[in-house]
Amino acid sequence: MKSDSNLERVLAAGHFAVTGELGPPRGANLETIKEKAAHLKGMVDAVNVTDNQTAVVRMASWAVSLVIKEMGLEPNYQMVCRDRNRLAMQSDILGASALGITTMLCLSGDHPSFGDHPQAANVHDIDSIQLIKMVSTMCEQGRFLSGGEIDTPPHMFVGAAANPFGDPFELRALRLAKKVAAGADFIQTQCIYDFPRFTEFMRQAHDMGLTEKTKILAGVTPLKSAGMARYMANKVPGMSVPAEVVKRIADQPKDKQAEEGIKLLCEQVEQLKTIPGVAGVHLMAIEWEHRVPEIVERAGLLPRPQL
Amino acid sequence: MITAQRKPMEEIFQSVERFGKILLLGCNECVTVCHAGGRKEVAMLASALRMGRLKQGSPLAVDELTLERQCDPEYAEELALAIDKYDAVCSMACGCGVQTIAGRYQGLPVLPMVNTTFMGASERQGVWAERCAGCGDCVLGLTGGICPVARCSKRLFNGPCGGSSKGKCEISPEVDCAWQLIWDRLKQLGQTELYTRIMEPKDWRTARDGGPRRIVREDMAI
Amino acid sequence: MSDFDPVVVVFACDYCAYTAADVAGRMGLSYPPGVRVLRVPCAGKVEPMYLMNALQMGADGVLVAGCQVGDCHFKSGNLRAAARVKRVQELLEEIGIGGQRVAMAHMSAGQGAVFAQAATEFSQQIAEMGPNPIKQGARRAA
Repeated sequence: MKSDSNLERVLAAGHFAVTGELGPPRGANLETIKEKAAHLKGMVDAVNVTDNQTAVVRMASWAVSLVIKEMGLEPNYQMVCRDRNRLAMQSDILGASALGITTMLCLSGDHPSFGDHPQAANVHDIDSIQLIKMVSTMCEQGRFLSGGEIDTPPHMFVGAAANPFGDPFELRALRLAKKVAAGADFIQTQCIYDFPRFTEFMRQAHDMGLTEKTKILAGVTPLKSAGMARYMANKVPGMSVPAEVVKRIADQPKDKQAEEGIKLLCEQVEQLKTIPGVAGVHLMAIEWEHRVPEIVERAGLLPRPQL
Repeated sequence: MITAQRKPMEEIFQSVERFGKILLLGCNECVTVCHAGGRKEVAMLASALRMGRLKQGSPLAVDELTLERQCDPEYAEELALAIDKYDAVCSMACGCGVQTIAGRYQGLPVLPMVNTTFMGASERQGVWAERCAGCGDCVLGLTGGICPVARCSKRLFNGPCGGSSKGKCEISPEVDCAWQLIWDRLKQLGQTELYTRIMEPKDWRTARDGGPRRIVREDMAI
Repeated sequence: MSDFDPVVVVFACDYCAYTAADVAGRMGLSYPPGVRVLRVPCAGKVEPMYLMNALQMGADGVLVAGCQVGDCHFKSGNLRAAARVKRVQELLEEIGIGGQRVAMAHMSAGQGAVFAQAATEFSQQIAEMGPNPIKQGARRAA
């Protein structure tokens, strides 16, 4: 084991892993974190703690990670390249590791123009692949990006994101390969509704030998309503939601749409388990943390292994 | 070329509020080519200023002059004899020109009339787009001739983010995804193996991050 | 407003509007006396500064009259003219002179009536806007 990560143990033992997600609050408010985290406890192997998600200011991801760690959950500490330069990133990684954060996810970050401070300078000193490589080098070689020696190196199970639905499609597996070469131990994908395209992506990744080298967790998000389905289909860049998926939710009366969304998700999880190289699911129940226990139960993902 | 756009008139009127006689100074280089601060634009702004101030009942005398190049001290010297007549120089050159004039005529307010915008190229008549960020360490040879620093919204060095969609950037359907362009060109050139290499973190010292930059050519500086 | 007869300068393309103005005259169609027609080889020859100069010299309104869309003798001179007029309108709005003091009209050479109507309507519009405000400002300053 390269870290103390529970996710690493679960994956190494060959279990079908489940990760969840928790968005930090827009304030100095511990209560909502604790409330959201309580719903996730025992339901998932690690919880992604987003880092100023959609470029909107929220409580620091390392702080929220520590809060939920104290509650007995494993945080997957997200870090974006948008808000910090290489100095800040490395110092945050040292701090996080010293305080017991063992799992992190390296991301480019949404552009500030989407967020609440579109006036902000976007840093992008290094990109997500360079970040993965930097963390790996810090952990494995005990060296900073500068080459300087780290007296006590951090230990992280290093994750990265992949979006099989971004363009150009032919680059998607190649970009995944670069992330793996940079040192990504695990991958979480964008939410999947377009199975033909995801299956093709996984086939390419599998053929390139990437599923041997990294663990791929397929992203799933329950559609809460027809409105959400349409929003995801039309407004979110790099997202593919087939028309029949939108129709399936929209064909239900309003009060049955959420239920249909959960049913769809359960079917998706079953289907994902059959795709070679899928090592787990990343469940992004956006502002729906309280439904996670029911969703993982119905999707047959319980109990979570205690390792 | 350096591109620029005229400032909003409200801001311009405010900046010249306290003056009665100004020199409106154009530049015959980049800002002429991008129709921001050449002879014609000087004439237009001069006319707008005169009319606007007449309407307000406080006429402004505006003399017009366009230098061959505002960012060279030799040309800035051309103003030396006449400059005392004016309350201020209003420059329609890029920030380099404004500073050259301000540096030469220390006692006189020198005000920018344009916002210097980017280093770009003309896509077609009337359309300019950013092409270079002046990072001081050109990578175009590795990226199919398309710059990831200037043309990727997140200046990514290792490929498109998840927001690339149908050739466009996530920030706007008006903006091309630089990495889609890079990939298409690498394929055309038979150089796709360039993509598979991890590009290492950039040394930004050669860019603005290393502090203000300067070039000294000993052979020319005599 | 009735006693204000605005000075309106019309930049008329030689291939259409200038002839149309002539036709209007021969047809005995009248338009306001303050309308002054200047011949240009193409509406596309009208630079933004022509409009500004006319206003600066005391015109109350400026009309650019070019060929029908698709009929420009020089292919796109009329389109360029229309785009420039729009740009000048924005500038005039910004400086408080009023964007509507300049306008674009399209017509063909035989359309004397269209010319007379365009000139009359534009002149009326300017009359409603009142005199070019720089004239009053100049008097105040003097």
